[in-house]
Amino acid sequence: MASKKDFVKFDKVDKSYDGKVLVVKDLQLDIAEGEFITMLGPSGSGKTTCLMMLAGFETPTNGEIYLDGKAISSIPPHKRGIGMVFQNYALFPHMTVYENLAFPLRVRKIPKDEADKKIDKALSMVSLQGFAARMPGQLSGGQQQRVAVARSLVFDPQLVLMDEPLGALDKNLRESMQYEIKHIHESIGVTVVYVTHDQSEALTMSNRIAVFNDGKVQQLSSPDELYEKPVNSFVAEFIGENNTFGGEVSDISGGKCKVKLANAEILANPISVKGKGERTTVSLRPERALINPSTKMDNLHKGKIEEVIYHGDHTRVRINLLGNPEFILKVPNSSSNLDIKLGNEINIGWNSDDARALDPK
Amino acid sequence: MSSETKQILTTDGIPLEVSLKKAEKKNKIKAFLLVAPLLFFLIITYVFPIGDMLFRSVDDKMVTQMLPKTFKAMENWDGQELPEEEVFAAFHEDFIKLVEDKREGKLSTQLNYTKNGFKSIIKKLRRASKKFEEGNYKEQIMSVHKRWADVEYWRAIQRRAPEFTAQKYLKGMDMYVNEEGKIVSVEEDRRIHRVLWLRTLEIAFFVTVFCFLMAYPIAHLLATLPMKYSNLLMICVLLPFWTSLLVRTASWMILLQQQGIVNDFFVGIGLVADDNRPEMMYNKTGSYVAMTQILLPFMVLPLYSVMKTISPSLMRAGKSLGGTPFVAFWKVYFPLTIPGIGAGCLLVFILAIGYYITPALVGGASGTLISNQIAFHMKSTLDWSFASAMGLMLLSGVLVIYWLYNKIVGIDNIKLG
Repeated sequence: MASKKDFVKFDKVDKSYDGKVLVVKDLQLDIAEGEFITMLGPSGSGKTTCLMMLAGFETPTNGEIYLDGKAISSIPPHKRGIGMVFQNYALFPHMTVYENLAFPLRVRKIPKDEADKKIDKALSMVSLQGFAARMPGQLSGGQQQRVAVARSLVFDPQLVLMDEPLGALDKNLRESMQYEIKHIHESIGVTVVYVTHDQSEALTMSNRIAVFNDGKVQQLSSPDELYEKPVNSFVAEFIGENNTFGGEVSDISGGKCKVKLANAEILANPISVKGKGERTTVSLRPERALINPSTKMDNLHKGKIEEVIYHGDHTRVRINLLGNPEFILKVPNSSSNLDIKLGNEINIGWNSDDARALDPK
Repeated sequence: MSSETKQILTTDGIPLEVSLKKAEKKNKIKAFLLVAPLLFFLIITYVFPIGDMLFRSVDDKMVTQMLPKTFKAMENWDGQELPEEEVFAAFHEDFIKLVEDKREGKLSTQLNYTKNGFKSIIKKLRRASKKFEEGNYKEQIMSVHKRWADVEYWRAIQRRAPEFTAQKYLKGMDMYVNEEGKIVSVEEDRRIHRVLWLRTLEIAFFVTVFCFLMAYPIAHLLATLPMKYSNLLMICVLLPFWTSLLVRTASWMILLQQQGIVNDFFVGIGLVADDNRPEMMYNKTGSYVAMTQILLPFMVLPLYSVMKTISPSLMRAGKSLGGTPFVAFWKVYFPLTIPGIGAGCLLVFILAIGYYITPALVGGASGTLISNQIAFHMKSTLDWSFASAMGLMLLSGVLVIYWLYNKIVGIDNIKLG
């Protein structure tokens, strides 16, 4: 089966609840078959609304959504055949695990022996064999979550939507569930649209991530690209840690630009600046800056250590650098014998390629 | 090792259990003192009156105490032939004493309840007894009236010997103990209580059904509407609670009477002819309409409190898994509201079964319930023991329903709020 590039297609979708404010603006999004795509964004950014429109619980105010080439706006939710995992699991509390899983099969009038096979398969997929007779209330949060995942997959939907499914779990469980869901996705090849506000969740699980803010997709790309090459300062800020310098472009030539700060000048990689005199925010990932770099780097400045926080595997160092008192560095706790002490003046260097001159905040 | 578990001591060497009890004692006393006023209040206003009612409904000591010697002498009588002289002598002795106390009238009333015809022969006996000579009372009493020589009448006296009786209960079910001591029903045209019991059950049942049908959508709306609308709707539901029951019933009288607003409206839209206005009051319809309206909040509130806890995502899950809206409702939403339905139905049914003021005012003859009959005996006939008996029958009926409900649905499945 050749995978379609536009298995799900949002075509110029707008959504407004009150006729005054657009919560989703001109959404244009193609999701390929078998892809794991995450909608990531702060609360109120429109990501859940998009998911609800896809599931059929909300109707687009304008535009159309296509599933496998068919317009689905007029199809009611129960005829779309989309599996869904809800934020609070939404397991039917009065039914056993078996009955929960049997529900989508029964309404599809699948014969009992075939249904039993499917349920067994789905339960073994989430390693919950032997739990069929339990009530949801007798399961732990993680187990309930797995049942919810199994239930959304048991009727072999082509598309599964997950609405912050791990939000209610504790940190360790959340991490192991992330891998589990990822492995399930890889093994059955179902298309998954996943909504979360947790960036680490998005980065670990997804093929592609759509970062939402203010009703718009800010960037749609693979996790590494999103992290390494954010296209605007919102994405740079939202994904991972980020050091910023606000300034004005003083020169731009040969794929590099000079940015004038209050009392210094740095070299940066012009991403969204076009010419001289433009305001810009330069973004630099903490791990791209080094203390006393051994190799030659085209930015080298002195800063004063303001704070040192021990984090186990690494130490976070806050430095007052070029007028930014919030400049963060991550120093691995390996054999390094750098002189990191409070109040010391140290040299910090980075390559201009890693310092991305983005739109001003 | 010994099978005894080692006693755990506190750091001061006191056994842990003793120490714990000591620490808890103060709390226990405090808790008891807090509930004590309510406890005493309940004992005085609830346990005691119900106990008294139970006692009153079976109490039949009056005749027993008036004829103590007679009943003692009758212990050896088999009731086949006329009793021996011994019984007559004892009866004479008791009777003379009653005449001295001027209580023979009460005896005649009581005995007349058991068998008609006692009144006149006791009167005659009183007059004749003044001239009785000592000895051979059997002959002398039998000569007063031929009924005194009839074994049926002596059996009637004997039936009043026990201190307790169930006859009020039998009467409540239109039954009595006949001369042969068998429990039989009264003639068909005199059975009034059975009709009332059945009608009470019928009206309570249908009021519960109507309340359920009307309350379910309201409660659902209340639970799902945005706050600003649901608050307004809640006020509408609760508004009747803030109005006096009498006022509400009276307003139904204004609405439902033949020249009332509802009838005017029906005539106005041409539903009924002006000279053929239906009677909607002083019959069952009146009771149904007014009681359903008055009891509706008792159904809405438990349903609402249960529906409020059902996450909307459950219905969404049902639909996204392929269930039509109806299937999602019937398989997912409805079963989850059963605790609320149970609570609401039980509450409404129990309230309806003992409802008094509304049926009394708008029910007329065909819409009155058993409670109206109880009130009638309390206030008009002053037969308190009969009223008590019927009250207890009502109470035990409610308890049976409660028990049945517990068997079928389970009482811990109930949710009142």
